[in-house]
Amino acid sequence: MPAFPFSAIVGQEAMKTAMILTAVEPRLGGVLVFGDRGTGKSTAVRALAALLPPITVLRGCPVNAASRADSPDWAGIETEETETRPTPVVDLPLGVTEDRVTGALDIERALVHGEKAFQPGLLARANRGYLYIDEVNLLEDHVVDLLLDVAQSGENLVERDGLSIRHAARFVLVGSGNPEEGELRPQLLDRFGLSVEVRSPTDIEERIEVIRRRDAFETDPDGFLARWQPEDARVRDGILAARARLASVETGDTALRDAAALCLALGSDGLRGELTLIRAARALAAFEGSDAVDRPHLARVAPIALAHRLRRDPLDEAGSTTRVERMAAEVLG
Amino acid sequence: MSDDTDLLPDEALGRAHLALCLAARDPAGLGGVVLRARQGPQRDALLACLPGDTTRLHPAMEAEALLGGLDLAQTLAQARPVHRAGLLSRPGWIVLSMAERCPPGLAALLAQAIESGRTGPLLLLDEGAEDDERPPRALTERLACHVALDDGTPYRSSPLPLVPEPSLCRPDRASAGPDVIPALVALAARFGIDTLRAPQFALRAAQALAGRSGRNSLCPGDLAAAAALVYAPRATCLPQDPEDTGPDDTPPPPPPPDDAPDSDGDTGRDTLPDTLLVDAVQAALPPDLLARLSAGGRPAPGAGSGAGQRRKGNRRGRPLPSRRKRLSGQDRLDLTATLRAAAPWQRLRRAGDADLSRRVTIWPSDIHVRRYEDRSDRLLIFAVDASGSAALSRLSEAKGAVELLLGAAYAARDHVALIAFRGAEAELLLPPTRSLVQTKRRLAALPGGGGTPLASALRLAGDTADHARRHGLSPAVALLTDGRANIALDGQADRTRAMEDAEQMARWLAGLGLPGTVLDVGRRPHPALARLAGLLGAHYVPLPRAEAVAMSRVLQDSLG
Repeated sequence: MPAFPFSAIVGQEAMKTAMILTAVEPRLGGVLVFGDRGTGKSTAVRALAALLPPITVLRGCPVNAASRADSPDWAGIETEETETRPTPVVDLPLGVTEDRVTGALDIERALVHGEKAFQPGLLARANRGYLYIDEVNLLEDHVVDLLLDVAQSGENLVERDGLSIRHAARFVLVGSGNPEEGELRPQLLDRFGLSVEVRSPTDIEERIEVIRRRDAFETDPDGFLARWQPEDARVRDGILAARARLASVETGDTALRDAAALCLALGSDGLRGELTLIRAARALAAFEGSDAVDRPHLARVAPIALAHRLRRDPLDEAGSTTRVERMAAEVLG
Repeated sequence: MSDDTDLLPDEALGRAHLALCLAARDPAGLGGVVLRARQGPQRDALLACLPGDTTRLHPAMEAEALLGGLDLAQTLAQARPVHRAGLLSRPGWIVLSMAERCPPGLAALLAQAIESGRTGPLLLLDEGAEDDERPPRALTERLACHVALDDGTPYRSSPLPLVPEPSLCRPDRASAGPDVIPALVALAARFGIDTLRAPQFALRAAQALAGRSGRNSLCPGDLAAAAALVYAPRATCLPQDPEDTGPDDTPPPPPPPDDAPDSDGDTGRDTLPDTLLVDAVQAALPPDLLARLSAGGRPAPGAGSGAGQRRKGNRRGRPLPSRRKRLSGQDRLDLTATLRAAAPWQRLRRAGDADLSRRVTIWPSDIHVRRYEDRSDRLLIFAVDASGSAALSRLSEAKGAVELLLGAAYAARDHVALIAFRGAEAELLLPPTRSLVQTKRRLAALPGGGGTPLASALRLAGDTADHARRHGLSPAVALLTDGRANIALDGQADRTRAMEDAEQMARWLAGLGLPGTVLDVGRRPHPALARLAGLLGAHYVPLPRAEAVAMSRVLQDSLG
């Protein structure tokens, strides 16, 4: 079954915007989608990846390296040939072992040929793509620690079984979960660049439309994809154009000052908030074809960039988004 | 085969059988069936009608068995890679027994398999006895039909027909009229079903029903039967009548949106009498749900009370990487790690080894042993006195103290449970959870007033602690009360007996060996409460004039 078309997802604008921004600027550091079940969280991730242009990789490279120079020595790739692959979306299931995540000694080759070889794990497969964790709040702590480390350094370092291996692991982390089933550790929360809260739509017409499109898609996937193809292509072209434009989008002193003022007013911890806010605003500006970051850009990305970073009273009702919106309106006027 | 007008069998066994048949017709669309039933003739009869080879799973299965991988033993024996196919790649039904004990990791794997649409239909055998023993929501959410068999129904002796083989493609595409989807969505809203998967399931189930009867358009009977199968177990409220303001006592959780009845009425009236659908679902509602809802109780089971993180407790310790170590009596050998350590050297060792018959040479230095981090999660059980006497004096301070402690519990990743006692008996407001949002909400909504059923509170605290301990948590009890017990264990207002009962319960609790603290929140310290704390083996802390911060500090110190 092909992926559901991204532009056919009904509503959930904040989630879609956040996903598009990470596609424009992968350095944003991923998206956390928290909310009700059955709201199309995983559908959106898969849809986005299907929409992105394929990546060019060295043929047979286990870490999706673009060229031979980038491919690690242990992979032993001799060829210079490249091939195209769809943007990888790797699922990280709960209960996954550390071995599977980081990679480990290739038992098969060790047992049969007596060779010490490295078998790449999920992090290698997710390089240059998306790593999707459903129910990220229920993930074992030690796997979370490991992911944080790699997500921050962009490199997977394996020191085990007598192996000493490193390879690039730059991926967009997409986590989803339901806060009623457990909180996410603040350390992990902060590492996600953007966060979105999704709710089941409460408008009956919107709900009907969701089911109607889903039914149409399941009844005739090809026809449905063909119908939405132009719209998806528009989003894809927008993302590609935005990537090209991103470097030239100006971030003036005023924008920096505004961002700092907003973060100060909200009392968000550390400087990561400001950095993400600026980057997200720049990505949004690029996506919308602007030459410079303006106040409206900042105001629009502020909730998704900052809501999860507030030093919040853990008992505070989940109203941080509203708090950010209010403060953004006040500071940015 | 049933006729068009009544597609839904009356008895649960027949409904379960129908659910199995539908899931077999459309495994990719419906996922499978959750069958809540104890072992017994009824369940055996159902399992006997599953066709072909069913794959049986149990909750302790490792990912490798499910997904396949290298067969170590065979590989070693044959000196060539031997792969083992995963159980999930087999065709046919997959049956998970004791599904209520399914760990989140396994649930995630199975959920992923369902989403991929490549596995056969899944049957969860939920054998839970308690209300909170349920299979993980991540899994049940993705299975269309939930059926509970009650033990009371007499066993029907006529054998059930065989369930058809699971189909590999989707055979039924009965066309849905323009008003079908709006009617199903509106119906879901009226029963307070939030997830959008439910209407999708209902639609596919109706299509499977129509296909089963050989029709290629949906009739109202299909929709009614499908809605009853899919919506009834998911309902969180009784349907709101469009005209009425609704039954006064029913709390309508999340959103039955205001415009639901209208659009339902407009679009559905011509061909789909919505009363038919509502009645169908209502008739299939689990009886205990009705009782609970009409009593104004809590939302329906599985409404996100956090089955997930309860299972996440470090019951058997979290596995740490195994270590090279000499085997001693208590250690458990980690065979895989040992082989892995030995594997790269086999060629070399074989070269120096005269005995060629030996396939694998393992040296003592290869031995790895398993290690677990054996620290279990702490559970703080707050028993808060919300009776009239306490409410007058200190209920708000007690709430404040609990909130501060919750903040600390959040930092320490502790679990918390909340018991409130007032009126006739104590109530478990919140089963053990890590969700502070919920705790806070329940605590804030806690009203004061009524008698002081202290004994009942102690009993409930003991039960909760005992239950939690069996799940591997280390419970501790914090009792916040003014000690003026006046309701006996049987609910009678009798001051003397109330205190006697409370003391008896305290002795029992002490026998469980729970660490605890009794906070006297009365205006004046109450000697009876000090004696009670003595019986409990708990710290007694009178706090004649303390505010929240002091209380929280004291509690934290005494609970360690």
